[in-house]
Amino acid sequence: MAHTAIADQSSELHDPRSFITRYIWSQDHKVIAIQYGITAIGVGLVALVLSGLMRLQLGFPDSFDFINPNAYLQFVTMHGMIMVIYLLTALLLGGFGNYLIPLMIGARDMVFPYMNMLSYWTYLLSVLILLASFFVPGGPTGAGWTLYPPQAILPGTPGIDLGIVLMLVSLAVFIIAFTMGGLNYVTTILQARTHGMTLMRMPLSLWGIFTATVLGLLAFPALLVSAIMMALDKLLGTSFFMPALVSLGDQLQYQGGSPLLFQHLFWFFGHPEVYIVALPAFGMVSDVLSVHARKNIFGYRMMVWAIVIIGFLSFVVWAHHMYVSGMNPLFGYFFATTTLIIAVPTAIKVYNWILTLWRGNIHLTVPMLFAIGFIFTFTHGGLTGLFLGNVVVDLPLSDTYFVVGHFHMVMGVSPIMVLFAAIYHWFPLMSGKRLNDTLGKLHFWITFLGTYAIYLPMHYLGFLGVPRRYYAMSGTEFIPESAQTLNAGITISALIVGLAQLLFIANLILTLRKSEHCERNPWHAASLEWQTPQIPPAHGNWGDKLPRVYRWAYDYSVPGVAQDYIPQNMPEQNLKRTRPEGSSQ
Amino acid sequence: MKPWLPLLEKPWLPNGDDHRSAPPQEVSKFRAKDIGLRFFLAVVSVFFLLFLLTFLARSQYPDFVALADNVWQPFYQTRRLWLNTTFLLLASIGLQAALVFCRRQQLRHTQLALIATLFFSLQFLIAQLWLWRHLYELGFYLSANPANSYFYVLTALHGLHLAGGMVVLLSITLRAWRLNLSTYPLESQALQNSLTLCTRYWHYLLAVWLVIFFFSASSPGTYKTLAALCGYPVT
Repeated sequence: MAHTAIADQSSELHDPRSFITRYIWSQDHKVIAIQYGITAIGVGLVALVLSGLMRLQLGFPDSFDFINPNAYLQFVTMHGMIMVIYLLTALLLGGFGNYLIPLMIGARDMVFPYMNMLSYWTYLLSVLILLASFFVPGGPTGAGWTLYPPQAILPGTPGIDLGIVLMLVSLAVFIIAFTMGGLNYVTTILQARTHGMTLMRMPLSLWGIFTATVLGLLAFPALLVSAIMMALDKLLGTSFFMPALVSLGDQLQYQGGSPLLFQHLFWFFGHPEVYIVALPAFGMVSDVLSVHARKNIFGYRMMVWAIVIIGFLSFVVWAHHMYVSGMNPLFGYFFATTTLIIAVPTAIKVYNWILTLWRGNIHLTVPMLFAIGFIFTFTHGGLTGLFLGNVVVDLPLSDTYFVVGHFHMVMGVSPIMVLFAAIYHWFPLMSGKRLNDTLGKLHFWITFLGTYAIYLPMHYLGFLGVPRRYYAMSGTEFIPESAQTLNAGITISALIVGLAQLLFIANLILTLRKSEHCERNPWHAASLEWQTPQIPPAHGNWGDKLPRVYRWAYDYSVPGVAQDYIPQNMPEQNLKRTRPEGSSQ
Repeated sequence: MKPWLPLLEKPWLPNGDDHRSAPPQEVSKFRAKDIGLRFFLAVVSVFFLLFLLTFLARSQYPDFVALADNVWQPFYQTRRLWLNTTFLLLASIGLQAALVFCRRQQLRHTQLALIATLFFSLQFLIAQLWLWRHLYELGFYLSANPANSYFYVLTALHGLHLAGGMVVLLSITLRAWRLNLSTYPLESQALQNSLTLCTRYWHYLLAVWLVIFFFSASSPGTYKTLAALCGYPVT
């Protein structure tokens, strides 16, 4: 049921007057979204630089004095953690979730604007705590992004003093921030939809964001639980995860704990996390494809069901990350089966995207290029996932670059492609200006081809047996020396792709500095967010009166209608029909 | 209502205007908070559930010594735990009473019941700290055994949730205190809505405490049965 009254809570919208209430302590969902976006992209650039440093070491070993084994492990850890949690989760849900939810459902703001503001500032705090760990004695933790005990808190791993503690605290703070934001997103979608906006009239972006938020709310507690227990093991000497062991010749006080328990907890969060990132991306890419192919999304209802089913299944596949951990082999059998089942709804989505393009009036705009690029990268990443989902194939490949190639394709490059598609697509809505096309296309082609140049050879390196996580090769005489040439090539590609992101930053700055505005709805999109009285939408979004919704978000090229697209808020009587309704059937 | 029905809708078919009446703003604002709280309780449930699942798994390791196994162990006698339970139960009853009084528009009674709730909640927290001190004096330190660790951690997290609730309840109590009888009927609906949500939270925390109580004071045999039911390898 839609609840317009809550969507229209104009009494609570005090128009912000000063600079501080408008841009800093703002409760407006659009400002909060942009704050989330800038922070996430900022910290993401740090992680990008870290990946460049890692690649320098791998491509040209022993050429850089400042990258010692400890520093390398720290780069790996911080790169992974920042990219997965502080960039992707925050930008997709905190950034795009915040921006799009109220606009797409026709509300004036989130239902709890104050909590929304608190969510951002708590998120910023978590980022600052994380970054602070670069400056403490011993540096940040180098335990790998999975932070497996016992090594995460034992001598030999870098950053076991303050680094790991700051990491755990930062994660806990992030989870609090996410919970505040997440409660807002689900409640707003369920309670604040405008007249006529039924759940099944929502654009798929919102279905993705909604389901991902529910996943996040139920999965992040697992990370919080493991962070709390590990922090106690580290700081107060409990033995939740720490077994009895000898370290540097000393018997430690720990006894009886179970490192495997941590892995189960971590991946009970970790696998849904993949879909927390993927589902909003699935949703947004569906919308971008539909708008730029001037066709309704193929199989809308099936797309919604697939999102919901993937969301559910993502909670019962976690142990496929643990085939090599020594757990009961029967577990592996069960989790391999569920993992392969999840490929079914995922494949439905991929087919539907392709069928949306089929005979569409495809406009190869920059957002569309990134969206089509996503279909490629996601299909490749997904297919290698089918290999790794099988226990017997995973065992030899698990510790090799094959896995690095797989997960970067499926949950690194793919969501990033969608994020770029989304930024290029919704930038005119957020700023009233359109990003430069030439720079955008250059950015796309370098990024798209470049990522293939990086990750495709990694699969091959994996087959050769090149181990991941290694600072330098040793004891790997079975690997031909030419593998190192490939590694150097990957590094050069990675540096080029990394630098190409400067094109994107430059494009953002140049576009924001120019004064001319583009047309109101440059892509002729039908969904509600483009139908606000002002672009960019003013505080309160909808002027005096909330919009009324008469149709779904995908009425493009409707047979028998003169308009190329029908906005969601256009009533039947305003349509110009070239032939009477129903005569086409 | 069947929750999956909306998923059967065919939005691509033209069905024009969707006339549905919207509830008044006060009701739907309450409804939003209501849904928000439901989701929050789901999050907290997962949080505690995962702790308890790891508890069960950990209880099957040889170094685990249950706190209620032998006569020299602290929870062999559960008197103190029952005393603390009584405080929290009284707090829950107090809040329920406040809600009932608020519905009957008895302002003075509502205020007194709220004060009683805050008092008993605080009393519960103090009693829990006492219990900690008692355990410490007996030598049951945090890191000495996983059973101790889980007891301290679970009670601390439960206490933090209660303390957070008390901050909210305190502001509601202050609000109720500032109401006067002339404007009371107008504002009682808002107060009643807030109390409905707080009451649910308090009852929920009482239930969580009872589960923690059960897990802290169970015998090794109970752990073993539960662990076996959850599919953990049992020795």
